[in-house]
Amino acid sequence: MTTHHNSAPAHTRSLPIRQLVLTLLGWSIALIIFFPILWMVLTGFKTETAAIADPSFIFSPTLESYQAVQARSGYARFALNSVAVAFGSTLLALLIAIPSAYAMAFLPTKRTKGTLLWMLSTKMLPPVGVLVPIYLIFRDVGLLDTRTGLIIIYTLMNLPIVVWMLYTFFKDMPKDILEAGRMDGASTLQEVFFLLLPLTLPGIASTGLLSVILSWNEAFWSLNLTSSKAAPLTAYIASFSSPEGLFWAKLSAASTMAIAPILILGWMTQKQMVRGLTFGAVK
Amino acid sequence: MHSCACPAQGRRCWWFSQVFLAGIYMNRTRTSGRTVGGLRTLSLQAPAVTLLLLWMIVPLGMTIWFSFQRYNLLMPEMTGFAGLENYEYLLTDPALWSAMGTTLLLVGWVLVITVVGGTLLAVLFQQDFAVRGIARVLAISPFFVMPTVSALVWKNMMMHPSNGVLAWLAQSLGLPALDWFSSLPLTSIIIIVSWQWLPFALLILLTAMQSLDEDQVEAARMDGAGPLAIFFFITLPHLKRAISVVIMIEMIFLLTIFAEIFVTTSGGPGLATTNLAYLIYIQALLDFDVGMASAGGVIAIILANIVAIFLVRMVAKNLED
Amino acid sequence: MATLQLKNITKQFGDTQVIKGIDLDVNDREFVVFVGPSGCGKSTLMRMIAGLESASDGDILIDGKRMNEVGPADRGLAMVFQSYALYPHMTVEGNMGFSMRLAGVPKEERRAKVLEAAKILQLEPLLDRKPKALSGGQRQRVAIGRAIVRNPSIFLFDEPLSNLDAALRVQMRIELARLHEELDATMIYVTHDQIEAMTMADKIVVLHDGVVEQVGSPMALYHHPRNRFVAGFIGSPKMNFFSVDQQSISDDGVTVRLPGGQPCTIPVAGEQLASDEALELGIRPEHLQLDENGPLSGQIKVLERLGGQTSLYVQMGELLITIMADGDVAYRVNDTVQFGFAAERAHLFDAQGLALESLSQHPLASLTRQDNRAATEPAAPGAQV
Repeated sequence: MTTHHNSAPAHTRSLPIRQLVLTLLGWSIALIIFFPILWMVLTGFKTETAAIADPSFIFSPTLESYQAVQARSGYARFALNSVAVAFGSTLLALLIAIPSAYAMAFLPTKRTKGTLLWMLSTKMLPPVGVLVPIYLIFRDVGLLDTRTGLIIIYTLMNLPIVVWMLYTFFKDMPKDILEAGRMDGASTLQEVFFLLLPLTLPGIASTGLLSVILSWNEAFWSLNLTSSKAAPLTAYIASFSSPEGLFWAKLSAASTMAIAPILILGWMTQKQMVRGLTFGAVK
Repeated sequence: MHSCACPAQGRRCWWFSQVFLAGIYMNRTRTSGRTVGGLRTLSLQAPAVTLLLLWMIVPLGMTIWFSFQRYNLLMPEMTGFAGLENYEYLLTDPALWSAMGTTLLLVGWVLVITVVGGTLLAVLFQQDFAVRGIARVLAISPFFVMPTVSALVWKNMMMHPSNGVLAWLAQSLGLPALDWFSSLPLTSIIIIVSWQWLPFALLILLTAMQSLDEDQVEAARMDGAGPLAIFFFITLPHLKRAISVVIMIEMIFLLTIFAEIFVTTSGGPGLATTNLAYLIYIQALLDFDVGMASAGGVIAIILANIVAIFLVRMVAKNLED
Repeated sequence: MATLQLKNITKQFGDTQVIKGIDLDVNDREFVVFVGPSGCGKSTLMRMIAGLESASDGDILIDGKRMNEVGPADRGLAMVFQSYALYPHMTVEGNMGFSMRLAGVPKEERRAKVLEAAKILQLEPLLDRKPKALSGGQRQRVAIGRAIVRNPSIFLFDEPLSNLDAALRVQMRIELARLHEELDATMIYVTHDQIEAMTMADKIVVLHDGVVEQVGSPMALYHHPRNRFVAGFIGSPKMNFFSVDQQSISDDGVTVRLPGGQPCTIPVAGEQLASDEALELGIRPEHLQLDENGPLSGQIKVLERLGGQTSLYVQMGELLITIMADGDVAYRVNDTVQFGFAAERAHLFDAQGLALESLSQHPLASLTRQDNRAATEPAAPGAQV
């Protein structure tokens, strides 16, 4: 497989003018696309008055907006909720998915492929279709506005992708290493702990990261099933939507803090994201 | 969110029947694992399969059930089998058709922008230029930004008629500033959503492009093909599969766009930016008309499933490899 | 004591029956080789013995005890995989000591045993390395070391040399033979390469399509193949086959008419033959002799001069006959040659492909393991083949 392909003939490929045009074009587009994010990050370092003044790249940076956001008791709680829900649901999903993926990768039966596809199809369910029953069930069972409730929903929503990705990683592992382990006397549990998990750890990590990203950014259930106690950052940011007044700098600061971790994680796991998001349909 | 007194008995009884049915389903799968290996597989799969089965059957079943009920949380005395009443009412309600139209416009435009844009950008980023790695990272960033953040940043900082960047740009060029959300509400939403999903298309298509065999391109060049011909006859066909995957996945998610509308226009002005998902939300959690909302939900599910069938089939083909 | 017995073992995969009823005895300290073309079931058979696959029917007995339901680790076996299957994230020492670690053996004891095995295989300098830092041959030795540490009653080798280059393969063959001597253990070895089988085995089991075609010592298989398949499989280059017409049967053997028209009496038992049954004659290339008065003739199509030997591919009528001659020959391509063979070297096969029994046994055919060691040890009372 080639690492990159260039559609220009060789003799024109290194022409400086072509390089220049490409570089300019590529970077302009990249910057245009990235601009809103960049702008938001910069605005976070402005004072409120500077934020609503004419847009300018020149300003005296200050941390007052960040401090204000930290001081506002809400922020930390929302962030904590996001973290708890994202990692909680990821952990739960991994715990359930690992045995399932193990069974499908190493003990395949005639029904394995069907089961896998069926699991994927459950992800195609539009959340809005089951908004009503979920809301009512949660209300009656007392799960509304709780982190547990969100964790349950997110686990169920991410489970298909997590199973899928773990399955592809497990399949990539050579079967005879596990057999050698079995000949050495390993029970199934020992096989998993001493051999499978250490060797597929990178794959498990990227699957986990993908799940964290999806949970962190999820903006349907988090907006409808929570109100105050369990609301994660998505809801917190959404609360800025009512025109309370002009505090864009604080909004920017809060937003920057809300998206920064995920942005970085996303940058690190690009390749795995493609695999996970397309269910392996694109290599 | 408000809570209301509702006839608890009837509902509990209904849940029982659901769990019972689920139990029957589970038993059927359990007894068909005949061999020793089969049983072991089954017990390992049980948690995942059971949970997803419950997730499918219980809420889905309830939605379908409710759609045939007269059930409004604000008027708890009205409970009765409504038959197709909800559907009749819904399908003759102009709001539904407006919402469907809005949904289609939204999905359609975003698809066109992201797929076409994504393909072109993929071609661009495939080329070798200075520090393209970082440029690429910047270009895919919007996809990782929370929808609520994206929407608010665009609404307040980009599109704001007096203090937004776009307004400032327009004024610098001597043009009048546009109040995006008043005059072009749906377009504004389309812009925001496209901004978020273009990187997704770019990422997928770029990855697919990297598996294009360089030899094929060389052979075409020796046959006298110029860059445009290479693009149309070699690159595009190679990307056909990736493009269909992108379209299908985007469709599944775009059909239920919610946060962006919630945070910016709340469906307005009027119903201009109300898509199917938002309409159901209004009915369920603002009007508390459970019956209608459920009927709407069923329609949304059917729509999504039509697309899903094709996607699953494509993934199944890939599993053969 | 480490013996293995297979009684009527069968294996189904879905609708296909891969192993169709195999009976086999492996004696203590024997080096047994399962050999056969791809798809014959030899790897499946080994995996069933190891316990990695279950037998659909039949009994697997190790030291007289039925092991069908026993897990792989509890059968007292160790296996060397074709791909070596080393644990990539552990060092050589970790790899070799893993089974003891699982069993809860304390660290000092583990290290001691690992060192012991490492000494036998000259692995001491590599103990701290990870598999990716080792060459193919080194990895294989680690895989063998891992097996040795388990102190098994029977060693199983699954095509261990197929991933090595030719020179290394020859070297490892010798090492494995030496290992067998040193460890004095029972070894079962699977390969598709009949040369490995011939050079290393005490007993060869030829498998074809899920059944055992023949079991015997290398020389027994070479001199007295039981059927056409074994005759064609063992020996390189392959045996020549051509149809001959039956003329008469007597106490001296069966007289046939060769393609050239000449009669030849082959010393085999012909009582069971129908009078006009179609027969096939088999003769190995190395047993064909260039002879001006020979009964067969043909035109040389290809000549391969190897220095010490010459291969001639001779067109005789419709058939291409291979002749392996010693040293150099003065012929050239397109020359016509005459050749013949000693009658007792020829084999006759009936219409079902079964070999007609020889009237006399080749002296080396009954050579046993003990006989091979007669020079160094006092001969033990004859064990059977």
